[in-house]
Amino acid sequence: MSTSSVSKGCFVFKPSAKKKKTLDLGSYFSRGCESSESSDTRFRLCHDLWDRIKTDTEDELNRKILDSLLEFTRKCSLTRQHSDWMSQMRCSEIPTAALMLGVNIPDHDMTFQSLSDQLQQSVTPHVVSVQAKECAALKHLMKKVLERLTDTVVALDDEDEEAAEQSAASLQKGVHCSLSALCDWYSSKTKKSNTPGKKRSSSAMEEQQQPPVVVIFKDLEAFNPKVLQDFILICSRYIERLPLMFIFGIATSPSTIQHMLPHSVSSLLCIELFQSLSCTQHLATVMDKLVLTSHFPFKLSGKVMQVLMSIFLYHDFSVRNFIKGLQLALLEHFHSQPLSVLCCKKKEALLNVMQLSDSNVERIRQLPSFKRFIEKQEKEEQVHLMTDDAYLKEICCRLIKDLHKYHKNYYPILRELHLICLENNVWETEDYQSAMKLLRMLAKDELITLLQRCAEILHVKSKKMKKTLVQMEELLAKFKQLDPASEMGSSAEDCIISPVKNLQKKTDLFQLQKTLLEMNESRRSKKLSPFETLRNEALDFIETLVKSHLPPPESQTLWEVCYYSSSATVRRHLNATPRTSIQAALSNPFCYLQNDSLKAEDGTVSNAAPDICITYKLHLECGRLINLYDWLEAYATVVSAAEGIDPDSDSFGKVDEVKHARFIRAVSELEFLGFVKSTKQKTDHVARLTWGGC
Amino acid sequence: MTGSLQHLGYDEEKLQRASQQLPCREVQAGMLLSLMGQPQQYCYPSVFIYGHGASGKSHVLNVLMKELELPHATVSCVECVSVSLLFEQVLLSFFGCDAASSLPRTPSLSDFVRVYRQQSSQSPAKQTRYIIMEKAELLRDAEANLLPALLRLQELVEDNVTVILLSEIVWDQFRPNTGCFEPLLLHFPDYSKGELQQILSHDAHPSYSAEFYSSYINILLGVFYSVCRDLRELRHLAALNFSKFCEPVTTGKVKETETHKLWKNIEPHLKKAMQTVYLREVSSLQWEQMQQMEETETGAMRGLSAHTHVELPYYSKFLLIAAYLASYNPARTDKRFFLKHHGKIRKTNFLKKNEKTSNHLLGPKPFSLDRMLAIFYSVVDSRVAPTASIFSQISSLVTLQLLAQVSHDDQLDGPKYKCAVSLDFIRAISKTVNFDIVRYLYDFLLQF
Repeated sequence: MSTSSVSKGCFVFKPSAKKKKTLDLGSYFSRGCESSESSDTRFRLCHDLWDRIKTDTEDELNRKILDSLLEFTRKCSLTRQHSDWMSQMRCSEIPTAALMLGVNIPDHDMTFQSLSDQLQQSVTPHVVSVQAKECAALKHLMKKVLERLTDTVVALDDEDEEAAEQSAASLQKGVHCSLSALCDWYSSKTKKSNTPGKKRSSSAMEEQQQPPVVVIFKDLEAFNPKVLQDFILICSRYIERLPLMFIFGIATSPSTIQHMLPHSVSSLLCIELFQSLSCTQHLATVMDKLVLTSHFPFKLSGKVMQVLMSIFLYHDFSVRNFIKGLQLALLEHFHSQPLSVLCCKKKEALLNVMQLSDSNVERIRQLPSFKRFIEKQEKEEQVHLMTDDAYLKEICCRLIKDLHKYHKNYYPILRELHLICLENNVWETEDYQSAMKLLRMLAKDELITLLQRCAEILHVKSKKMKKTLVQMEELLAKFKQLDPASEMGSSAEDCIISPVKNLQKKTDLFQLQKTLLEMNESRRSKKLSPFETLRNEALDFIETLVKSHLPPPESQTLWEVCYYSSSATVRRHLNATPRTSIQAALSNPFCYLQNDSLKAEDGTVSNAAPDICITYKLHLECGRLINLYDWLEAYATVVSAAEGIDPDSDSFGKVDEVKHARFIRAVSELEFLGFVKSTKQKTDHVARLTWGGC
Repeated sequence: MTGSLQHLGYDEEKLQRASQQLPCREVQAGMLLSLMGQPQQYCYPSVFIYGHGASGKSHVLNVLMKELELPHATVSCVECVSVSLLFEQVLLSFFGCDAASSLPRTPSLSDFVRVYRQQSSQSPAKQTRYIIMEKAELLRDAEANLLPALLRLQELVEDNVTVILLSEIVWDQFRPNTGCFEPLLLHFPDYSKGELQQILSHDAHPSYSAEFYSSYINILLGVFYSVCRDLRELRHLAALNFSKFCEPVTTGKVKETETHKLWKNIEPHLKKAMQTVYLREVSSLQWEQMQQMEETETGAMRGLSAHTHVELPYYSKFLLIAAYLASYNPARTDKRFFLKHHGKIRKTNFLKKNEKTSNHLLGPKPFSLDRMLAIFYSVVDSRVAPTASIFSQISSLVTLQLLAQVSHDDQLDGPKYKCAVSLDFIRAISKTVNFDIVRYLYDFLLQF
């Protein structure tokens, strides 16, 4: 585009509308995808799973506490309408729910959203939530409450003129920002809904002539105490006309209320505490639904899981962020792994195997786990597998089935093992061993209850494991039959106790040691009681179960299809390191700019790099104090080399105005980033703020 | 004492009704009435009434205004976030909506006076108009000209209007530097025990006799009068505990007249109420639930201050510990605490004399972000990458009010913080991560 204008000026070119082409999600997905042919299917699968994560996590979270809160609001609005002596005497208090949510602030939004949705659905249409950052002063708080309740714009008096004029024009001297205005609005609203001619929409509203007005303070801690106190004082003046109710969202501890509100104010409230699920319990339910189940085909490898868990435990306690991490892994998996077409329900996966393209078949052959599988086969079979696509697909079907079966068995047994020994991986770990040792010493009652619970899990989880279930029940029956026999055992124990009694007489330390040793030996050599043999039998049985069903997923063929294992990617995306990124950008600009001329060997910077990179590189070579002039000289030399000036000529390394300016800009940029600062210790020097050199 | 309210200008019957609603405040009400004079007479321009909370100031005025049907405007100063609200409410209750809407946006005091005069010339006062300002102490924070102008509003608007200020503090605290018109002062003294008894007995439960209720009030006052004389609180407590009091009567064990048995039954209960409900440790609703439960279970009910434990993510705990150390240790001692080879520091030099006063008595000191992070990296036991989530934890600690940002929000460069948690709290936190915080605190070093 050009303009034929003689004079200098500024011209605005609006981009033509045609160029804008909105891409839908699917095409975004397939754009940077590996192997585009199957991207549509993968996108669909990914989308389905994504939605499932959403629905699965949303509904059950905090169900219990929300229910009790709803119950509370209903009860409060009901007691208001009673007119007995007690409630009359108490009517000046504002019912308040203190909702303890824990420190995982990112999760709170979700809870409050569903809370206000449910309140609106079932209790009252008048729900408003406010946040501390929008209510710096009392009038702002009032304004927010009024606006959100009445859905109108409320004029504040001292807004800047322009806004005031606009709102004045639109409102014709409208609502003033006071609670009495709200009262008028409320009474007109309730009157309207009470007129007999109109049909009321919901039945819940019908019972209540006066639905309460609920104000939710999302983050109580952050509110200015003065603002809150005044607001409560004002509200209490109107409580007779306006059935108000507060919900305080508290992240730390309920004693905050006492810190913020003096007695004269808190005596206006009738506070009830509601403790929400702790975030770890919350996470456990999510894990149960999404991770520890065979119904969710997408899996995380151990390392990725570890990254997500450590972010949760060390950094934020936020379940929402955990789910986001899971979603990121899901997206990455489907985006980067073409074979993820097979990561779905069994039937669908089998179908997809048959439709695999040639390149994808080749990819399967390249999978490390598949290579391992091939190596185990016989020669002839190997050739067959490597050359015949159809045969390979057949085998793949079988393998996929195996994988699903493996998952089906893996989780119930895992749960069982988890129940028994709290450690959820392979039998080589120390924890497992110690847990097993502990089990071997368990008393009978405890063991029986444990086994019973295991049996229950098996019962619920899987039909295919009937055999093990039967075995388990047999064992249990045996334990129960043991009762009379165990009494015999107890008499045997008596014999052991008697030497202990003898012991007390002896005072010699050496003697004591000796007898103890003897006792130990005698116990070892003693014939095992029937209970002990049975216990060993049971534990051996469990151990065989564990060994047959809990090999690590990495040992399975085709595990790459379902497992996402790139923990580095997840960590990079979720746990950003700004400082490292800045340093990487400065010392290796190619990493971000992707310009071939910037490519350099390790530890050096090409002289074509941006000015700031060069100055950064040069400053690394200096000590704690940097002489600015030396720095400038060095900079000029590097830049001259980049400009292709002949090293022998006079102008090489000369500082001209442009270079000087560029240098100063680069230094001030470094100062802005916090690498250097000006110092008064020495003239013409700056101080370095970081350690280390090149 | 009923019927003691006498005044020529008002209807006898109305006075009678008013005085019935004003038990134990006959003297003050009579005084007010004589100040007000007959309805058409001009009254003193401004009256200042002070007395503690719940001593009947608003109640007396409301009853008088309502029963005697006087033109009045009651304004609560808490509610008036801006003066325009105040002006509007006054005009609205005297002259109706039109007057209120003729005020310009963001009106000044002279606007108000102008509109008022305009309106009052159209409808001049036949009776004295009263403007009652509740919680007048807040007027001191308003613009400097508002209070003096209100005090002589009668002159300014040339109308029969009187401003009555109600406050919990004395007039001496109000008087502006520039001087002003002195209002008439009127004090409402606290209720005596007998008066409280008389007033509280008024709201008797309809299904019980008045004597029964008043004997209950007598017992209640016996327990609570020493700690609380606030009528509102006492009324609240009376309502909450009454059902427990009548329990033996409703079950038929005791007759209404057997006061001693009733006292034995209720006394321990009231003692307990003093520790919980009165302090608002337990809300009234929970108190009722507790009453319904068995005695043994009530131990499980815990008050607000019982929950002080806060569960934090692992690194947040260390950040908080670092912040606490930075807040309570002098910066020059950091080398001694956190450097492995700090060399020899002379003890006399190290413990400076002027720092003898405990830092814990002086309260937390502000510290820079850099210092806190430096301490954090040296106390945390593993290598931690300076990730974004570490930094975001700092700001979430600020929203939780465990840290307080001292510098202004706008200052992105080198923000300063203070640690806002108590020693007990930080001890509990550091115990969970096996960190012995006392060993790192300068104050406790002095003791050894």
